Amino acid sequence: MEKDKNMQEPKRCVIPIGPYHPLQEEPEFFKLHVDGEKVTGIDIELGYNHRGIEKLSEAKHFDQGIFLVERICGICSTSHPFAFVNAVEDLAGIEIPERAKYIRTVVGELERVHSHLLWLGLAGHFLGYNTVWMWSWKYREPVLDIFEKISGNRQHYAMMKVGGVRRDIALEDMPWIEKTLDELVKGVDMFKGAVMDDPVIWARTKGIGILTPQDIKEYGGVGPLARASGIDEDVRRDDPYAAYNMVDWKVQTWQGGDIFAKAVVRILELYESVKIIRQCLTRLKTAPGPFDLKVKEIPAGEGIGRHEAPRGEVFHYVRSDRANRPVRHKIRAPSYVNVATNEKSVIGCTISDALIVLAAVDPCYCCTERVAVVDAGSGKHLYNGNDLIRLSHEKTERLKKQL
Amino acid sequence: MSYAINALTKSLNVFHAACSPCNNCDIEILDAITPRHDVERFGIQLVGSIRHADVLLVTGAVNKKVVHRIKKLYEQAPKPVLVIAVGGCACSEIMFRDSYNTCGPLDKIIPVDLYIPGCPPKPEAMIAGVVKLIQAATKKAGG
Repeated sequence: MEKDKNMQEPKRCVIPIGPYHPLQEEPEFFKLHVDGEKVTGIDIELGYNHRGIEKLSEAKHFDQGIFLVERICGICSTSHPFAFVNAVEDLAGIEIPERAKYIRTVVGELERVHSHLLWLGLAGHFLGYNTVWMWSWKYREPVLDIFEKISGNRQHYAMMKVGGVRRDIALEDMPWIEKTLDELVKGVDMFKGAVMDDPVIWARTKGIGILTPQDIKEYGGVGPLARASGIDEDVRRDDPYAAYNMVDWKVQTWQGGDIFAKAVVRILELYESVKIIRQCLTRLKTAPGPFDLKVKEIPAGEGIGRHEAPRGEVFHYVRSDRANRPVRHKIRAPSYVNVATNEKSVIGCTISDALIVLAAVDPCYCCTERVAVVDAGSGKHLYNGNDLIRLSHEKTERLKKQL
Repeated sequence: MSYAINALTKSLNVFHAACSPCNNCDIEILDAITPRHDVERFGIQLVGSIRHADVLLVTGAVNKKVVHRIKKLYEQAPKPVLVIAVGGCACSEIMFRDSYNTCGPLDKIIPVDLYIPGCPPKPEAMIAGVVKLIQAATKKAGG
């Protein structure tokens, strides 16, 4: 029987991408089913990065919990604390001071800038343009410098605190931050002109990995992924928190739902983020008052907090029984839903496109070093990760010659 | 052995194994090979397979699903291999010590030659660590 099945589908192979995926709570193991070059199916397996953070959080008090949720993901390491403090403040009914609202917004948007630049660079790397990677990460460095200036650390900023922020942004640092942002925008302008008009990048990204608005609704996709399919949703506007309803900005959407649209949405968001940061810094120069309420007691009850992370909506639920630690802490990160959309976008692609399609969701990248193509019948390795990157590079080279 | 260590430390080929980290050490490692720090100047580069590696670079608090894989990676590495634990999680597990799913710091699983603490360590700290590692390895080999 087994033999007959193999006879009917002689070319069917399984490509394991993984096995463990250093993203956040939800590490991924993709098993691509392929028929020749075409991807015909995908299995997603989770659990390689499970560290039991929800359980650990029940043993840490509300101040310690912020440092714990910060370490869910290093790339969006202010998004989880942001949603967590929103949840605890919803529970306790705290209204934070104006100054704290602006500082939170600045940190949240700076993180979006660094995360989107990181994604653009790695997308370039997967397409075979290492120059794009190096450029993008070069322009990301000033953002990390700003973080180091205002928080003392390049990553894991620890700026959030229930009832405010942990430290102020000093007035004398602001001219330097604004100057650095000017330089960043110049770099991004140049980068956009060089990359987004490139005919080879067009050929590699347009019409590939398409997600229709219907797909997004069925899978519950969030963030830039949804906005690239024309769905106009953003927690920052729809359920305002911090200073997002006090500054002037627009939700960026694009039509098409292919990889190109996802890149365009992220680049447009970079400009919006810089716009928000500039306005917040201007207001911070005159915004009075304390930046921290020094909250001591958290009452019994339950609260939810949301934040638009660079990858989409992150959701935290906290229940308290008047003790100093949560009784239940539930977390839902955006990639948890976004990764499932791969089921739609990757099917029908070729293997050389599969890497960039899976990466377009903006999960993590270290995993793709360990891609291997295995023959389902014999278990023999056909391609490893380097071969897949080579296949992708070859396709780019081929397109370059044709154009 | 001395000859091997001398040859090995001339140009380090690094295999990066991410064992349930939060990803921050990983992006700082990649940061070290991008233009500002650019460790490829010194012949340090990331490789795709442990069989080509001189250094096994591990990040993260190793969890139960990954622990067998990291042991296997260490077995597959051509010896002598230098093992570096990057970040607080790999060095001491920091706040994940009490988790039901982690398997102890990295040095309880495989022998470690260099610890780079920090959450995450800056790329400068990683470069300083690698310099110390090369000095120690050549000294130990009598070079």
